[in-house]
Amino acid sequence: MSMATATVQPVERENYLNKHYGVGSWLFTTDHKRIALLYLLSITFFFFIGGFFALLIRLELLTPAGDLVQADTYNKLFTQHGQVMVFFFLIPSIPAVLGNFLVPMMVGAKDLAFPKINLLSWYLYIIAGIMMLHCMLTGGVDTGWTFYTPFSTAFSNTKVIEAGLSIFVAGFSSILTGLNFVVTIHRMRAPGMTWGRLPLFIWAHYATSIIQILGTPVIAITLVLVVAERALHLGIFDPKLGGDPLLFQHLFWFYSHPAVYIMILPSMGVVTEIIACFSRKRIFGYSFVALSSIAIAVFGFLVWAHHMFVAGISVYAALIFSILSYAVAVPSAVKVFNWTATLYKGSIHYDAPMLYAFGFVGLFTMGGLTGLFLAALGVDMHVHDTYFVIAHFHYIMVGGALMGYLGGMHFWWPKISGKLYPEGWARLAALIVFLGFNLTFFPQFILGYLGMPRRYYQYPPEFQILNVLSTAGATVLAVGYLLPMIYFLWSMRYGKPAPDNPWRAAGLEWKTPSPPPTFNFEQEPVVTWEAYNYDEIDAAAAPQEVPVVG
Amino acid sequence: MSDHANSKSSPLKTYFAVWIALLFGTWLTYRVAQIDLARWHANAPIALIIATTKALLVALFFMHLKGASEKLLKLVVISTIFFLFILMALSMADYATRLWS
Amino acid sequence: MSDSQAAVQPHEGLHNPGLLHHFVTEEQQRDASNLGMWIFLGTEVMFFGGLFCAYLIYRIKYFNDFAAASTSIDAALGGTNTAVLICSSLTVVLAIWAAQTARRKLMLGMLILTMLFGLAFLGIKGMEYKDKFDEHHVPGASFSFEHKEIPSRPGQYANPQHAQIFFALYFIMTGLHALHMVVGLGIFTWLLVMAWKGYFTPHYHTPLEIGGLYWHFVDIIWIYLFPLLYLIDRHR
Repeated sequence: MSMATATVQPVERENYLNKHYGVGSWLFTTDHKRIALLYLLSITFFFFIGGFFALLIRLELLTPAGDLVQADTYNKLFTQHGQVMVFFFLIPSIPAVLGNFLVPMMVGAKDLAFPKINLLSWYLYIIAGIMMLHCMLTGGVDTGWTFYTPFSTAFSNTKVIEAGLSIFVAGFSSILTGLNFVVTIHRMRAPGMTWGRLPLFIWAHYATSIIQILGTPVIAITLVLVVAERALHLGIFDPKLGGDPLLFQHLFWFYSHPAVYIMILPSMGVVTEIIACFSRKRIFGYSFVALSSIAIAVFGFLVWAHHMFVAGISVYAALIFSILSYAVAVPSAVKVFNWTATLYKGSIHYDAPMLYAFGFVGLFTMGGLTGLFLAALGVDMHVHDTYFVIAHFHYIMVGGALMGYLGGMHFWWPKISGKLYPEGWARLAALIVFLGFNLTFFPQFILGYLGMPRRYYQYPPEFQILNVLSTAGATVLAVGYLLPMIYFLWSMRYGKPAPDNPWRAAGLEWKTPSPPPTFNFEQEPVVTWEAYNYDEIDAAAAPQEVPVVG
Repeated sequence: MSDHANSKSSPLKTYFAVWIALLFGTWLTYRVAQIDLARWHANAPIALIIATTKALLVALFFMHLKGASEKLLKLVVISTIFFLFILMALSMADYATRLWS
Repeated sequence: MSDSQAAVQPHEGLHNPGLLHHFVTEEQQRDASNLGMWIFLGTEVMFFGGLFCAYLIYRIKYFNDFAAASTSIDAALGGTNTAVLICSSLTVVLAIWAAQTARRKLMLGMLILTMLFGLAFLGIKGMEYKDKFDEHHVPGASFSFEHKEIPSRPGQYANPQHAQIFFALYFIMTGLHALHMVVGLGIFTWLLVMAWKGYFTPHYHTPLEIGGLYWHFVDIIWIYLFPLLYLIDRHR
């Protein structure tokens, strides 16, 4: 009737996005929400870089011959794909973007405990990123993301020192984020927000932070040793000089195994929030889910040498680590059971976040179970260093962690941006991601089982069909990832304004406007209700169907 | 921590006592190292026990861990030491048993 | 964490440079800072811990060579440095006590004394490093450790390669420790300036407390380094 233009707002309410303008107001911000967006831009940038390397890898592997790049170049491709994706995308992703944005709000605080350290964290990440980019542009690294010695310390002719120092700096970014979260969760919960009322997203981030705090320093010192050894020709890891290469591997994996739990736990937290909301039910077995996060963090530190079964460790030590690796699967399984039980008799809604959550549960389960195959010594002898391992960890990291991240981004997008994304496109993108993912990585299980080694750029011709399927899947997957980037950007300008709580979800963050004001809450909240009180929420709701978006 | 109420005068006595104990411990470590206990493989364990006692004195009294009202700080210390212990113990599980087979 | 609308006087921030806007009470802020520093020290324990783990493994593997190498570093200097750091930890707690009891001159004096002890430590360390450099015990191209007897096996000589591992760990561990001392001196310079300007009162001296925590931690690391590095086999 009147000017039916999309977004005519009489007076735009002040929020964290429009409070100050200008590059300086972003680069010197201490607002956790702005820092979260700074991280969002940075990690998306590095995702493109890591994805670019993946693209080249999959292109090379279209044909059995090594005909796209040289062998040395291929070594750099898989090394840098791994380093960028692990250290500059996956490890920060959910904690630095969703965690930074939501942790203070979910506990009812105005900001994290140490806002300036939060900003420092981002700057350390950027410095590390610049170092890594420079390293890649001036020669790259070819040691594998695992930096095994003595190749990395004594033989490689690439920029190992620079890459090592870059990751050292990135590690401190991660440590400071974890430290900030733990202190915030302990010291800044609003009145009435007891441990038993915290969202499970918070429990998941708490457990993640423990790992970041305790594990990252060990890889930091290990990289110092590698750099020192390489620069000064020491013999700490060099067998020719009396050193033990396995010592490097012990120290490296002591962090790098728990690191995979840094990558998955936050995702599990996201999935828990989504499943509760879109089943309109309290999570089944709250304490089990909460404690299983802590258990994963603790057990995760006990299993590292399962990466070293064929490296030459003692078979008795291997037995111990194998048994412990079976134990660490139990808390993860507990979560899957609890999610399933939550869905049972729930009122299921199939919005995009829920599609990602479903994808997560299925793919993570497959990835996790194949981890158990690898934990069995006899099987591992056969499939270690093959594509079976690659498929296993991509199922967890891409099928699991990345889908959790995408689900979380969709779920909280209205809160973060104040706009609604287009639901139809989002469901389509989720489906494309799911199909593309399976097409990319399922053939790799078979390839590995048949014996195709990892990190090889050429292979016997009988493996070609599976490799071609995998590359085709990667293309589909890429489309699936590009779509959300496009429509999220689109929504910032043309999307419908989001109400405070479009999903009618539980949680303190939904009690603020979308987008929230800089200090989150007008008044400090006082919590008198239990977590996931969906029965109360739905009882109090209008007779219309929930959720409101579509 | 609202624990400063806890005696304003006697912390000095505690501080000086701990200081003396630490210096004594240092002297003791040095002295015991000069005694040959290799037959009982005791030199290193004794040195580490003395060092740990000194570290505990610093942590409990100088760093005020003893007066801390919450158990949280002690939990932080214990967890850290526990995971460091895991790093060393499980790595040693490999090294100690490599030659068994 | 109890109360909600704790009494936050509107003018609190004026008296107290401390209270930051995102905290509800001073106590919350102090507790958060304290917890934050303890957790940071936890990360430092794990950071040094990796080195201690490497040291443990090689000391057991190459005990005799390590013993020979250890005999060549000066235990008297190491012991003196231990005493120096212990004294500096005392002056730190005295500085904090002085702040708690509004003894400004004592507080400043103790802070300065702490820093002097720290400088003394670094000076002694520098002397030790120079000795090692002169004896060609610094790992690298000019490293040499020939014909050094194993303390428990007269007539048998240490393997220079294994001894070089000892020295590599010695320099990295004590060097990293010294680096932390330097940072500590920087922190205490800043604390001294704040103390001089009168920022600390019996009511608010949190930076002193958490700076002190860091300093004590550096002391504790040395308490372990001294016997492990200097006193492997000194009973000849």
